Amino acid sequence: MSKLRLSRSDRVVLAVMVGVPTLVQAVLVWIPTLLSIGLSFTRWNGLAVSDIEPAGLSNYRFAVEDYPPFWPAVAHNVIWLAFLALIATPLGVALAVVLDQNIRGSRIYQSIFFTPVMLSLVLVGIIWQLVYARDDGLLNNVLGTAGTPGAVDWFGDPDVNLWAALVATAWRHAGYIMVLYLAGLKGLDPTLREAAAIDGANGRQTLFRVVFPAMKQINVLVVVITFIEALRAFDIAYVINRGTNGLELLSILVIQNLVGEGQVIGVGSALAVLLLVVSLVPIVIYLVRTFRRAS
Amino acid sequence: MTQSRRTVLKGAAALGAIPILAACTGGDPASSSDGKATSLGSGLADAVPKSGIQAMVDGFQTSSGDTVRLNVMPRDQLVNNISTYLQANPEDVITWFAGYRMRFYADKGLLAPIDDVWEKIGANFGTGLAAASSHEGKKYLVPNYNYPWVVFYRKSVFQQHGYQVPKTFDALVALCAQMKKDGLSPIAFGGKDGWPAMGTFDYLNMRTNGYQFHVDLCAHKESWDSPKVKAVFDNWKALLPYQDTAALGQSWQQAAKNLANKKSGLYVIGTFLLQEITDKSVVDDLDFFPFPEIAVEGTEAVEAPIDGFVMSKRAEKNKAAKDFLAYLGTPAAQDAYAAKDPSNLQTAAGANTSSFSPIQKKAAELIAASKNVSQFFDRDALPAMASNVMIPALQGFVKDGTIDTRGLEAQAKTLYASA
Repeated sequence: MSKLRLSRSDRVVLAVMVGVPTLVQAVLVWIPTLLSIGLSFTRWNGLAVSDIEPAGLSNYRFAVEDYPPFWPAVAHNVIWLAFLALIATPLGVALAVVLDQNIRGSRIYQSIFFTPVMLSLVLVGIIWQLVYARDDGLLNNVLGTAGTPGAVDWFGDPDVNLWAALVATAWRHAGYIMVLYLAGLKGLDPTLREAAAIDGANGRQTLFRVVFPAMKQINVLVVVITFIEALRAFDIAYVINRGTNGLELLSILVIQNLVGEGQVIGVGSALAVLLLVVSLVPIVIYLVRTFRRAS
Repeated sequence: MTQSRRTVLKGAAALGAIPILAACTGGDPASSSDGKATSLGSGLADAVPKSGIQAMVDGFQTSSGDTVRLNVMPRDQLVNNISTYLQANPEDVITWFAGYRMRFYADKGLLAPIDDVWEKIGANFGTGLAAASSHEGKKYLVPNYNYPWVVFYRKSVFQQHGYQVPKTFDALVALCAQMKKDGLSPIAFGGKDGWPAMGTFDYLNMRTNGYQFHVDLCAHKESWDSPKVKAVFDNWKALLPYQDTAALGQSWQQAAKNLANKKSGLYVIGTFLLQEITDKSVVDDLDFFPFPEIAVEGTEAVEAPIDGFVMSKRAEKNKAAKDFLAYLGTPAAQDAYAAKDPSNLQTAAGANTSSFSPIQKKAAELIAASKNVSQFFDRDALPAMASNVMIPALQGFVKDGTIDTRGLEAQAKTLYASA
């Protein structure tokens, strides 16, 4: 690589372009992260800095041993991940493959499937409330059980509400994956398909033997996004009942313990650090792959 | 390229240091203390209460000639950020609550004591209200209004079935059993948001163990892992089969419909129920009774949360802020508020009660006749205990009738140690 000479103005531009995002990252992400890690080993009421007391591992012990919602939350995140990976993501990919066939009205379908991704949290909450409400909701009325003792309490029954929330999540997630995947498919070199057709491959063979392998980059991205979405699952459960009664999730426990009146900074930080450690696994795998390829 | 990259990184590091240093300098200087201007931070953002606060501000500005800058923010924003708000740049006077929620911040020195204000307005308030406004012998709160938690029912339903108002817990359970036979869902209940169940818990606790135990338990001077707490849940188990089984899926507002349309016979809730049920024919048919007695103290304790005003530490020397607080504690000011928001009860003696509805009159008499006034679990206890521990625990209990008092005690130990 030949040595590059940069003029003074180049350097200034570079400094601004690299410096500003780095700064924003440092101030908004890295410094708070390091502070959280530090605070997770302390007891603090969030008021004066002098009130901070060292607490060793007691916050972690509390989270794992004494805090009843912790293990249900872990289990729910795992179920969330399995559901997204096995159902919602494949559904999004399938939608993309189908819509890539230039069927009539493809754009309309794309818009319809993508709409949930663009809706605000509040709207999503209202929409699903209309569907799932016990006595005047759409679902129970269609099932004919509304108003009877046999009506399923979609939000209130802790054996059911996780699945109700997962269906609502899949509704958004599939649209998101669809758009990503569709963009990848559109960018695929058409000669690949032509070559496959000339070699006598049928549609299914083309899809599984030619298109999917060629989409490797997007596939990895989709897997990583699915992981991250499962770990940061938050909004729909929070809108339904603030993540209690069968809808506990790690991210919600973090928020509950760190923000608002229920603030217990040490415990909340410990929960956040645990979530961070878990989240780092897929992110590191992704970054290692990306950088290895780049170099 | 390597060389210039290092230079760039240096530049980035230098840039990075600036805001961190800037963040270390303090906020702006204290608010004006010329004695003619003050400010009010209000968490009453809904249209009706907001207009009530505006009426109070207008009344003070007219009578004193001082100016009040009003900052209205959503209630949750005020409540959830109160620590940072009080430490940063708060208004002089702030809408707030009695109970632990007040004492905690008073104890941390973030609120200013207002004993000199109370010298002027003390005569307007009874001993219960004065005690609820105090922390370690100093006053910190000017009460504005309160509202009791009671058991609501519809008079026509009671007439139709010939029910009697139950005086004891056993009579209440018997009444519920009868209602169930008559095809009613005996007690309306909405526990989706968690906190409404605390009302039932507080009453069962106070009726089983007394008011002082409630206060000590909320302050964690009593253990959760005790026979007394277990007794509360044992009593609740007698009532649980009669509470709406759909409780965990519906809000208190949705549960209110069941009382309004006569599906349910009873509803344990605050008188703010009347903000939700507004149909005149239903309102006229509503009545209530105090939560029946169980073991101790009869029905002499009432759960009646007080909303009022506190003063931030930095406004301590502002005369206008103190004049404003003194005005807020007068019957005239509280009448100005109540004229806009009639769902609550003014706390100042001598306030105009002629416009009270029959429910309000009865509620005021109930509070006046009570020996002890509790503030609701989430106001009397450590907020983290209420929201992070009690809500899931009570929802679990409502779900299957089990409660882990040892787990409650273990969590309480950690949380109260952090406060």
